[in-house]
Amino acid sequence: DDKLLTEPLSHPDFFSVKELFTLKDLFDARVHLGHKKGCRHRFMEPYIFGCRLDQDIIDLDQTVQHLQLALNFTAHVAYRGGIVLFVSRRRQFCHLVESTARACGEYAHTRYWQAGLLTNSHMLFGPGVRLPDLLVFLSTLNNAFEPHVAIRDAAKMNIPTVGVVDTNCNPCLITYPVPGNDDSPAAVELYCRLFRMTIVRAKDKRRQSEAVEELR
Amino acid sequence: LRLICTTTAVQKKNVGASGPEKYTEAFIKKQIEEFNLGKRHLANMMGEDPETFTQEDIDRAIAYLFPSGLFDKQARPMMKHPTEIFPEQRKIQWGEDGRPFHFLFYTGKQSYYSLMHETYEKLLNVQKHQDQMIAQDLPPQKEKRNLAGSRWLTKIELEEMLLEKLSDDDYSRFIKLLEKLVALPCADTEEDYIRKFSKEVPMQLQKVVVEPLQYDEQGVAFSTGEGKRKTARATAVVYDNGTGKITVNGTDILHYFPVLQDREQLMFPFQFLGRIGKHDMVCTVSGGGRSAQAGAIRLASAKALRSFVTEKEVEFMRQAGLLTVDPRVKERKKPGQEGSRRKFTWKKR
Repeated sequence: DDKLLTEPLSHPDFFSVKELFTLKDLFDARVHLGHKKGCRHRFMEPYIFGCRLDQDIIDLDQTVQHLQLALNFTAHVAYRGGIVLFVSRRRQFCHLVESTARACGEYAHTRYWQAGLLTNSHMLFGPGVRLPDLLVFLSTLNNAFEPHVAIRDAAKMNIPTVGVVDTNCNPCLITYPVPGNDDSPAAVELYCRLFRMTIVRAKDKRRQSEAVEELR
Repeated sequence: LRLICTTTAVQKKNVGASGPEKYTEAFIKKQIEEFNLGKRHLANMMGEDPETFTQEDIDRAIAYLFPSGLFDKQARPMMKHPTEIFPEQRKIQWGEDGRPFHFLFYTGKQSYYSLMHETYEKLLNVQKHQDQMIAQDLPPQKEKRNLAGSRWLTKIELEEMLLEKLSDDDYSRFIKLLEKLVALPCADTEEDYIRKFSKEVPMQLQKVVVEPLQYDEQGVAFSTGEGKRKTARATAVVYDNGTGKITVNGTDILHYFPVLQDREQLMFPFQFLGRIGKHDMVCTVSGGGRSAQAGAIRLASAKALRSFVTEKEVEFMRQAGLLTVDPRVKERKKPGQEGSRRKFTWKKR
């Protein structure tokens, strides 16, 4: 059992996450398109490649690196049987995110975030609840263009976060930010596909390793 | 485990706040097994057949073996099937490893949001179907749903279905989504799903059925009617081919109602229809006072005359107020007042 858990940590890319996407895929899905110059957040400036006709372009080289780290981390969490919670407050993609979560066997929250969901879980759910081990944000802002409350709550509860940050978002409290577009349907579909494939791969690998261990 | 620096006082379990104890499925199953075993033991004790021991037999046996003089029936010893005792509530939502069963568990209102998710999925399917039909140049089918005969589930019924509390906002959102789904032309494919949330409303009878004429031994047509006014109740039997004779409780109308006003009230339906000398009437009346009895007989005779008369004249009678029950009754006396409206005399000092 110990060997099952420690073996993936020795490899830099145990789940071969790098093969899942290329820079060209990101470009075709319009991930590099950001908001206008006026909406730019100060802390997103390192991730921005440049500005064309007032529209910010996100640096896809950095995106590729960040996305690889994020997917690797989610794969490791899923391998160890952790609970992944997909969060997004975009009404357009609510159905898509929920279906993705159901397909993975993980959980989703694309509705109104009740205050104290993570911080006051004993009152809301009952004693003995298990909180999510990873929060994945497909969109960091809520419907009022403010940072989602879950980022702050996860940071308070020491829960790691992976989030797609657009040019108007604050990447501060997110553990694995992924600079990229969160408004286009093509981009969000790409992210959903990638997360689903990583989680499914990680779970399959876990089942295979357990089967191999039992045979011995 | 994540170490969160708190004091022991905060970590203490708040017993009241967690709500009523949630029962696991295994617990309920065990209770059902124990109940069945106990039922067989009880049947043996009472000397009856364990196979045909019904719930009523159980109640009688318990009442016999454990007699209790307590007033409240629910405080007495009872033995019922566990599904009746343990209210149907949500059992614990997560498995042994802590992972919740439902994928929307962390939203708080999992049944409601999964319902919204499913309904939205049906909507998308219908839209896709519609696009396919348009691509194949087929006209979309338009079958009009019977809007008048059905209604959506009420908020309370929906809460019972989902076993969850809903807010008014949530309920109205769900109904709007259903209306949107129904409004699409190709919504017939999802009829079964929509039928789960709609209920039939039986159309209320607009017309009162008029009884047909009955014939007695001599072949004379007659019909009966009932009427009431204040506390008086009357039944009237109106015979055809009559001379205008009216009998009340065995006595003639002149002797029973000496006052002209009461006799006029009795005459009114016949005078309205122009059939004064043509019908005989035998009535029985009880309760009330002089005027109330007269009013009750008037209503009873008008109801009986409906069978003799055309529909148009029935409508005229209804508009004249002959067929309406007079709702006026004596108003009760209120405390702090001398009568129902009269207040006590106000004294300045």
